[in-house]
Amino acid sequence: MVDSQVVLNGQTFAYTFYALAIILLMLWFGYNVTKSGKASKVSSALFYSFVTLLVVLGVSLHIVTYNTIPWASMDLNRKEIKADKTFEITVENHKFILPSEKLVINVNDKAMFNVRSNDLTYGFGLFRSDNSMVFQMQVVPGHLNDILWQFDKPGVYTIRSTEYSGPKGAQMILKDVVEVIAN
Amino acid sequence: MNFKETFMNGEQGLFKPSTLTPMQKLVLRFVVIGLIYYGFAVIEGMIMRIYQISPIAAIPDYQYFAILTAHPLVGIFGSTYSIVFGAFLFLVPFLMKKPLWSFKLANWTCILIGVGTMIFWLAGFITHYAPLYTLYWPLPADFSQFNPLGGTIFVAGIAIVMLGTVFFVINIFKTIVYTPEGWEKQPSKALFLSAMGLSGMTNMFRKKENQKEHLVSLPVAAIARGTVDTALNAGIILFTGVLILVYLISHQLGFDLKNSAVDALLYKNWFWWGLDLIADGLVLIFVAGTWYLLAMLITGRSLFMQNIARAALLLELVVSWTVWSHHLMSDQAQPGFLKVASGEMVTAFELITQGLAFFITLATLWSARPLKMTNPLKFLLGGLLGFGLAVPAGIMQADLGLNRILHNTQWIIGPHVHVAILVGLTMTLYSAIYILFPIVTNGAKLYSQKLANFHFWAHLIGGIGMGAFMGMAGLKGMLRRTIYLNGEFNLYMILAGICGGLLLLAFLAFFYNIVMSVGLKGVIGIFTPSKLDVKILVPEAEK
Repeated sequence: MVDSQVVLNGQTFAYTFYALAIILLMLWFGYNVTKSGKASKVSSALFYSFVTLLVVLGVSLHIVTYNTIPWASMDLNRKEIKADKTFEITVENHKFILPSEKLVINVNDKAMFNVRSNDLTYGFGLFRSDNSMVFQMQVVPGHLNDILWQFDKPGVYTIRSTEYSGPKGAQMILKDVVEVIAN
Repeated sequence: MNFKETFMNGEQGLFKPSTLTPMQKLVLRFVVIGLIYYGFAVIEGMIMRIYQISPIAAIPDYQYFAILTAHPLVGIFGSTYSIVFGAFLFLVPFLMKKPLWSFKLANWTCILIGVGTMIFWLAGFITHYAPLYTLYWPLPADFSQFNPLGGTIFVAGIAIVMLGTVFFVINIFKTIVYTPEGWEKQPSKALFLSAMGLSGMTNMFRKKENQKEHLVSLPVAAIARGTVDTALNAGIILFTGVLILVYLISHQLGFDLKNSAVDALLYKNWFWWGLDLIADGLVLIFVAGTWYLLAMLITGRSLFMQNIARAALLLELVVSWTVWSHHLMSDQAQPGFLKVASGEMVTAFELITQGLAFFITLATLWSARPLKMTNPLKFLLGGLLGFGLAVPAGIMQADLGLNRILHNTQWIIGPHVHVAILVGLTMTLYSAIYILFPIVTNGAKLYSQKLANFHFWAHLIGGIGMGAFMGMAGLKGMLRRTIYLNGEFNLYMILAGICGGLLLLAFLAFFYNIVMSVGLKGVIGIFTPSKLDVKILVPEAEK
């Protein structure tokens, strides 16, 4: 499965390009709307073309990401997918309780993280050593919170709560406790 | 006039509070309160920006999170609600050419929002009650972290604001449908249906010669439709507040209720359904309506594609009721169909409805060119750009794949929330303030155009820059709602802090400009009673 960093790079490129384009458009508009010249009515054809473009963009974004970001479909269908390894994790009193000191996963194995909270709403996120995020989910008490993930290369990851659970929760960090090893 | 005279009497002594009607004074009071609370929010924001670079030793972490809790609530209720409610309580009667239904109720709205905000702010400041605005159950009732008495006062403050909000809602709808004394009987039902956008919808399917005249102007229709969401939201917040109060008060009386009696996921759905009526409902509807009004006032022309604009507002209202699930895309127990249907698909409609409003506003402006680059026009363009940037950022994060790596990062709060609120919403409000300023002050003159220009550029660059650097940090994995102790994202946070400083300078320049325009005596005069009739909106001479 493609690394989430690749998806983030793609998003950074796409949004930066869009942001620069819309800023330039507004600068152009601001300059030209004050310039002397004949006032011209905007054609309704242009308006309907713009509406069509918005509809196409709005719908196609999710179709494209569903078919290109591998964890999207895996997440929706995770009940039907057999995990190679399952980790039962509990959260209580602002602490993660792991089934073992380290969670070891083989490259390309599908690992299921089942996380239960016994008190508050927390988050469960995996982070690389440069603090960038691999994935995250919410951990809601009274419900099963499970996420299936496939790692495509070896690495060591840190678990961190990604949801505010009061001042005590700010440093819910377990450093380097997930290790992905080559087969 | 020298500096001292201008400071005391305003620019050229043109602002005379004694000539103001009660309604003019009331709207100016709303604006003053709104700007003071905006100042609170900016200062809180700067404290948090500095804290994200390096935690401040004098502020413990629990105080930081209390600031983080108060900050959006002061910004939305204390500032935005005050300015928006004040403006709309003036504009609805102004546009409908009839007196406000109840001046007393409007006065109470102003008092309750001002007082309620101060109460919850003080409760947070003193007792450090900090469950954040998200209030994820059972955090608001976690007495190992929070003082229950502080929580009780905090929730009571919010409830007072909501009461003021309910008064606003009643006043707006009654003003639209009522028959003023001595007037011919008004068609209440037809006025209400027109305000809800049904006439615009049916006109789309009629031939041009058969189209019915709209009884309510488009800006009033937008205000009415946004007010529906305001009412629903007030109901949700009041109900949630009562639920939390039951737990808080029971604990103080010695009875600890079981937290698990409330399902955390169901609560989260309920809460986000209500909160999105603000974030994705009334903000987008009110903003679109304000853009239309500003475009019409700036150009003096009717709106491009008016019937579609009306229908889009009605569509946005329905969208706002069904869009909440995009906040729960990382909640694994949330049903998948809700994530896809409500979270992804309905949310994508916001790209369409807001895109329509964006296009219609620009097309209306374009049809009247050449226009003079006035303060209202430049701030309107800034507001359009803000939503042009922030809405697509929101659509991206409301995607199953991308949400997995964006949720609760600085991306959400930077390029989406802060750019939408600070650049999109606030610049739209500034545009409205600049255009209404001569109307509600009976022709007072702005002290300095240079300061207004500085205000514009510093706010625009500061707002977009801050959002951009927060977003870059978010893409690198920086979370929101937490504290980094080791300067992990310092490069981005220093740059975001500099941009935040620009926002603060922009606000100070604006505030100084307004005070110098009306003078200290003028500011005080706004808060003294008017001797004119409450039914008069603006003096005859100013019409």
